[in-house]
Amino acid sequence: MRYLPKSPADREAMLKAIGLRSVDELFAPIPAEYRLKRDLNIPRQMAESEIVDFFRQRSRENGEGYTSFLGAGAYFHYRPVIIDSLISRGEFLTAYTPYQAEISQGTLQSIFEFQTMIGELTGMEVANASMYDGSTAAAEAVMMAVRLTGRRSVVVARSLHPEYREVLATYATHQGMPLSVADFTDDGRVNLEELEKSMTAETACVIVQSPNFFGTIEDVTAVAEIAHKHGAMLVVSIAEAVSLGIVEPPRQADIIAMEAQSFGVPLGFGGPYCGVIATREKYVRQMPGRLVGQTVDKQGRRGFVLTLATREQHIRRERATSNICTNQALIALMVNIFMNVYGKVGLKELARQNLAKAAYAAAQFGKHGKVLFGSAPRFNEFVVQTSEDPRAINERLLGHKMVGGLPLKRCFPELGNAALWCCTELTTRTAIDTAAGVVAESERSVRSSRAEDVAEVAQ
Amino acid sequence: MKPTIRKATTQVNQNEGLIFEKSSAGKAAWKLPPLDVPEVDAAKLLGEAERKDLGNMPEVSEIEIIRHFTRLSTWNYAIDLGMYPLGSCTMKYNPRVNEAVARVEGIANGHPYQPEKISQGALYIIKTLSEQLIEITGMDAITLQPAAGAHGEMTGLLMVRAYHQSKGNARKKILIPDSAHGTNPATAAMVNYAVENLKSDSRGMVDIAALASQMNEDVAALMLTNPNTLGVFEQDIHKIADILHAKGGLLYMDGANMNALVGKVRPGDFGVDVMHLNLHKTFSTPHGGGGPGSGPVAIKKGLEPFLPTPVLTTKSDGTLAFDYNRPQSVGRVRAFYGNFGMFVRALAYIQANGPNGLRQTTEDAVLNANYIRKGLIGSYDLPYATPSMHEVVFSDKLQLKKGVRTMDIAKRLIDYGFHPYTTAFPLIVPGALMIEPTESESKEEMDLFIDAMKSIAEEVEEDPQTVLTAPHSTRVSRLDETAAARKPVLRWKPTS
Repeated sequence: MRYLPKSPADREAMLKAIGLRSVDELFAPIPAEYRLKRDLNIPRQMAESEIVDFFRQRSRENGEGYTSFLGAGAYFHYRPVIIDSLISRGEFLTAYTPYQAEISQGTLQSIFEFQTMIGELTGMEVANASMYDGSTAAAEAVMMAVRLTGRRSVVVARSLHPEYREVLATYATHQGMPLSVADFTDDGRVNLEELEKSMTAETACVIVQSPNFFGTIEDVTAVAEIAHKHGAMLVVSIAEAVSLGIVEPPRQADIIAMEAQSFGVPLGFGGPYCGVIATREKYVRQMPGRLVGQTVDKQGRRGFVLTLATREQHIRRERATSNICTNQALIALMVNIFMNVYGKVGLKELARQNLAKAAYAAAQFGKHGKVLFGSAPRFNEFVVQTSEDPRAINERLLGHKMVGGLPLKRCFPELGNAALWCCTELTTRTAIDTAAGVVAESERSVRSSRAEDVAEVAQ
Repeated sequence: MKPTIRKATTQVNQNEGLIFEKSSAGKAAWKLPPLDVPEVDAAKLLGEAERKDLGNMPEVSEIEIIRHFTRLSTWNYAIDLGMYPLGSCTMKYNPRVNEAVARVEGIANGHPYQPEKISQGALYIIKTLSEQLIEITGMDAITLQPAAGAHGEMTGLLMVRAYHQSKGNARKKILIPDSAHGTNPATAAMVNYAVENLKSDSRGMVDIAALASQMNEDVAALMLTNPNTLGVFEQDIHKIADILHAKGGLLYMDGANMNALVGKVRPGDFGVDVMHLNLHKTFSTPHGGGGPGSGPVAIKKGLEPFLPTPVLTTKSDGTLAFDYNRPQSVGRVRAFYGNFGMFVRALAYIQANGPNGLRQTTEDAVLNANYIRKGLIGSYDLPYATPSMHEVVFSDKLQLKKGVRTMDIAKRLIDYGFHPYTTAFPLIVPGALMIEPTESESKEEMDLFIDAMKSIAEEVEEDPQTVLTAPHSTRVSRLDETAAARKPVLRWKPTS
């Protein structure tokens, strides 16, 4: 086996040194009746070239070469080449969690920089080293608010990503955390009146997403006012990190739970991604996840260590703030490099291009279908209502090697034939025009068939 | 005496400040193509929501970013540099073909919501890996959704709870041996179970009598690591399973130490009902400085209705699809389908091994641990003489006489060119040195390690101060962790 660095003679010599005659003796502690006496029923050992062929084949069966208008929590942005050059360095790729600070300063300093940049972008004072993803970060942020307020119930905006809501429900079920949902209005934002009515003296927090699932920017100031008036916290989920380049961060939030996938992380069919929690300094001791802090060594030189570990499971066990151990360090490094590449000016320009593409696309689609929630500002996603089921339109788009917007019927049946479309800096005008053309064609054919029906009835 | 440091030598490495200290206005590492749609007025579109300023985000050029991270990288130890014997962490070689295939276009750029029709490649990967992990564990079904081991534990216990609930009583507590990982009790708390400690016996195994007396209808499950954190296989495993099952309890196995078992014995065959795997341990996906991981949960048939949604199915026409209609499911534990990129890598690892490679891997991992055990007996105290599987736990009892503790020895090991072993865990061994070499170490590397450890043991006798003040060869000496925690500085701030 090519990964194993031993010759048969090495193995013999080692067994001899231990004082054993055969490898079987090493496994004597396992009761004989359970020892496997056959080969595992899996395919034979493959050559590297065969493995590469296998995955190339899978790639061809997996949407290779399609242009996509999908967003909804997973965004296709350009990934600068140097991200993979740098994260492929074995010193980053094949290191463990930096518990031994003296030989982990590279990882530790980079996390410290990551925490700083997330703080700058979110307007929060502190950020952790990462969480699994945006959905679990949101659930953990809510549990953090529950600990901080000593209250248990939670008000969830329905415009929060449906899968984030599902994850939150799973986490909340056995924590005795009742969830209530506040619906959205016809501008696509959380219904403030309904929100206000849902608030009780037991409400620990309100959670909204901004830009929300429909791409609409929530009125965070108004939501924060309501939450705070009732002594509750505001948790804001951010799923599209690029929005932070041009959309004012939710500074009124108490906790921000973010998905940073947009910052240089491949779509990868849904993971691994990079969740992050950011908050105010005074709440840090209830924060889940790893944190890196600055300190000095014996000679007074600057260095970095994992800190405030008494929050964590390996010290606090059942009283820990969370059970999280392994997080998404290497993915956070991708995010970190991406933030460095674009930086203060580039992130803004990148976000501006996203804004422009989506504005153009919404205008094109709006000529034929109906763009919903137009009265509130949006970032790079928008909802289009069509006469025809969007799945049928998408089926035709596949013929153009295009993936249309996400049909919303399953999660938002009241929106009818609606789909959530996304444009990023990588979406070309040509692609937008082609897709808009397919929607236009669909509307024309529906209208002409309706006209035929009318004519038939008239006859 | 003169230490014999054969593996490492000193070398110049570069100093490097924080990236913010290099930033200055007007430098850039980005270039966007010209916009092919009309420019927009952000103030008009966004109104008050428009952001004006990005604070202290850096402005640097591409070469500076390359040098910055390359310099930082040289301050890290890594498997690629040498043995990384962290017990319980399974720091094995991370094959590079795994990285290559994870970056093939359709795999790297597949959107989780793209139509199933054009996702058959990804679904086939999920199906194939699922089937192979089921065969390896001897279980009946699996979910790949959990993002890491601890997340898998939570998912597993949610299913345990749902299972008992379906029988009319969710039960109250989880039994956890005193040798367990900290994630076990933390997870039980997240799922709202009380934790009851279970003592180990003089062999370092579950005390069967204690288990029998503590087991009752309030116990939902026992969370057992097998081999346990002493590297010891629970020889009474069938009795343990019987005691639990007789009172309707379930046996949960923490699969952190599965590297000792693959191809040799299957948990499903010895009575395990629920278990998680760590793809980043046993199945070679990179640790990456602390993640990403992936924590699939394998289960027996009776727990299948409770799997997280969605579940992969094969349709009547032979195509693969997700089934969202799972009324008894515990729900979703993560958005989308899990850390798919890690599935790709784990599958590539299994393919590269095949049945004979996986078996040889396990044999080598156990052989290596026993070779180290043999090499260090006498120099270090071995608190449990029970046979070791893939890792061995010593204690600092002999060195403590000179005031030297496990952490000191670990720090001195750094000077010898090795990453330390796991210190002070498991908690049942005071001053533990927990050593897991994995199969990836050659005899030569282990001989160097044994020599280094013996040399340090001699230093402790002759010159303990050298050990107590180690490391001596690193960029920074021991860091003030107390100060870091007392007055946390968690981000950079401009000085002016």
